Amino acid sequence: MSHQPCAIVGIGQTHHKKARRDVSFAGLVREAAQRALDDAQMTWTDIDAVVVGKAPDLFEGVMKPELYLSDALGATGKPMFRVHTAGSVGGTTGIVASHHVETGRFERVLAVAFEKQSEGNAQFALGSGKSGSLGAGGAFAPYMRSYIARSGAPMDVGPMVAVKDRLNGCKNEYAHLKLKDIDLATVKASPMLWDPVRFLESCPSSDGACAAIFTNEDGGKAAAADGRQPAWILGSAVRSEPSTFPGRDPVRPQGAVDCAWDVYGQAGITNPREQIDCAELYVPFSWYEPMWLEAHDIAEPGEGWKMTERGDTALGGSFPVNMSGGVLSSNPIGASGLLRFTEAALQVRGMAGEHQVEGAKVALAQAYGAAAQYFSMWVVSNSLDPFGA
Amino acid sequence: MANADDIAIIGWNVSPMVRHTDKTEAQMLLEVCSGAVEHAGISRAEIDFTCAGSCDYVAGQAFSFVQNIDALGAWPPKRDSHVEMDGAWAMYEAWLRLQIGDIDTALVMGSGRSSTADPTLIYPMEMDPYYLAPLGTDATSFAALQARALIESGKVTERQMAEIAARTRRDGKDSAYAQVTGDFDVDALLAEEYVNAPLRRHDLPPITDGACAVVIARADRARELCDNPVFITGFAHYTEAHYPGVRSLTESPSITLAAKAAGVDEGPIEVAEIQAAYTHEEPLIVEALGLGAGVPVNPSGGPQAANPIMATGLVRVTEAARQIRDLGKSRTLAHSTSGPCLQQNLVCVLEGDVK
Repeated sequence: MSHQPCAIVGIGQTHHKKARRDVSFAGLVREAAQRALDDAQMTWTDIDAVVVGKAPDLFEGVMKPELYLSDALGATGKPMFRVHTAGSVGGTTGIVASHHVETGRFERVLAVAFEKQSEGNAQFALGSGKSGSLGAGGAFAPYMRSYIARSGAPMDVGPMVAVKDRLNGCKNEYAHLKLKDIDLATVKASPMLWDPVRFLESCPSSDGACAAIFTNEDGGKAAAADGRQPAWILGSAVRSEPSTFPGRDPVRPQGAVDCAWDVYGQAGITNPREQIDCAELYVPFSWYEPMWLEAHDIAEPGEGWKMTERGDTALGGSFPVNMSGGVLSSNPIGASGLLRFTEAALQVRGMAGEHQVEGAKVALAQAYGAAAQYFSMWVVSNSLDPFGA
Repeated sequence: MANADDIAIIGWNVSPMVRHTDKTEAQMLLEVCSGAVEHAGISRAEIDFTCAGSCDYVAGQAFSFVQNIDALGAWPPKRDSHVEMDGAWAMYEAWLRLQIGDIDTALVMGSGRSSTADPTLIYPMEMDPYYLAPLGTDATSFAALQARALIESGKVTERQMAEIAARTRRDGKDSAYAQVTGDFDVDALLAEEYVNAPLRRHDLPPITDGACAVVIARADRARELCDNPVFITGFAHYTEAHYPGVRSLTESPSITLAAKAAGVDEGPIEVAEIQAAYTHEEPLIVEALGLGAGVPVNPSGGPQAANPIMATGLVRVTEAARQIRDLGKSRTLAHSTSGPCLQQNLVCVLEGDVK
């Protein structure tokens, strides 16, 4: 095996907003990438390769924009790679960048994921204008209804997730939505969009970018010696499964289960609920929090909603979820996965500011895409050996 | 060839190359995936990782690759990825992935149905959206600018371009995967009108629907499955500035960087399969690769004979591999490109196994 350790030593993101009219595409990605370089105490010339991820090019009407962004991302004379795996793409972008380092072929790799949704109409582009473009909420609502019927969860659980994530978002200086007056009553009074999901239980449409810098064991240890805590990748995995076929369970997709256990196995995790300190999960619609807690076997089947209801997943709870405010607070789609992945890294680096989980040593991140059929996950830690194996 | 991290090609399949297919992209991929795993002597279930290269704008649909995973047999769920790049870059991702060492085999794909699209409408959208896309300049117009620069620098003539068109389409007559072939008279070609001066119709690639799939494996598994695995001994890609106006269009530094990183000059190259979609690109690419005179280029007919966008580069890989596995060569090269005037380039060096 040539697998070599990989550390994240630089993280940057933009201030996410409904419309970043103040910057071009190039300005948007540079804002995130420059912050990551500053964090890593590197310059553009230190980077060996660039990996770019984003969701469909139809969102903005620019085909293969990484070609145009080569200049802005300092990629001239370097490898430039473009990943697109639907909503999971931000996560997959981080994983592909880490593979560049784990093979030993590259020393310092920049991953950048972005979406500038104000340039187009995401709802139209999601369906390419076909079938009335019912959007992601319309596609996922039946899965969420099925979860509620199967688990017997009380209807307040979805609104509780929305309140928690939006209040967490108020602690995140980069978050798009800052709904500080939100409570259960206002969520439940908001318009029903796709039963059971109300307006305030749905993700926004954002402009934003996220960047991360990956380096090898020597680079990670050098940063640590300099007092800059790296995040070590203990395990990463991706899975895909077809959209529809008889026997598929979209509430607990086998791809999500397999992806989680692949990552746990690499990280030496046998009891995720106990060994993981916090998680950033892709929750674009409120009910996905309990659904993913169960699909990742953090909670027993039918028990995920109880963690939410008890407050376990709150910032001060026993298993905080979406400390950053999550997808419900910021959703530049292509970047949303990498935002989850880098929030997990910020937590174990102790750099999450007001939304820091005290003493977080091991963090899980996940992203999913298309009809809940593309999955990417990683587990990061402040140590290469957090469990003293 | 002692390293267990070496990766080899052990099977492939290429679809018929046609002006228009009635099949969906997923149907084309189903056939080439089935063909490639059969060629490799394994089943879909034995594939550990899949990676596809395709383009939503060519398909005219967001998330177009999602339907294509029906072709993989992704059940139980697969480790899988997708690049909005030619299938040759999908192979690059798979090549990296297998070097991590925990899994042994990967299936990579490239696919595109260009027949349903209007290239002059789509390709301007590949440009900088602020300064270049509004000009409505398509790939052929940019290619014409590069051809003009090459002609003025003395690196190629219109006659040489016509000779390349005639040679590749004659060579393509022997290929089962060529679309535009035949015997053409150079003087007759040169008597035709320009499409975008200095490019005539014969200087342009055809519009092609097609797909391609390749199976790669780590060295031990490759030798177990296959008597004559084709090893990937060099693999690299580089990009350069997007704006054609800030580049020297008569050179290709990214090809030269990729050739150096892939070790092209570490031994003789017996055949080169390059993604020279436009005739004038051939001498530029050959020079930038550092190939000596007399190295056969695109004996398959190359992209001049069939140009399935998003698979064209991966088809070059299969043609370079075919030279080793079926035609007795020992060291060949494949090249792929993307972007205006050869902005981004990939070079893959293939070698037969040392027995």
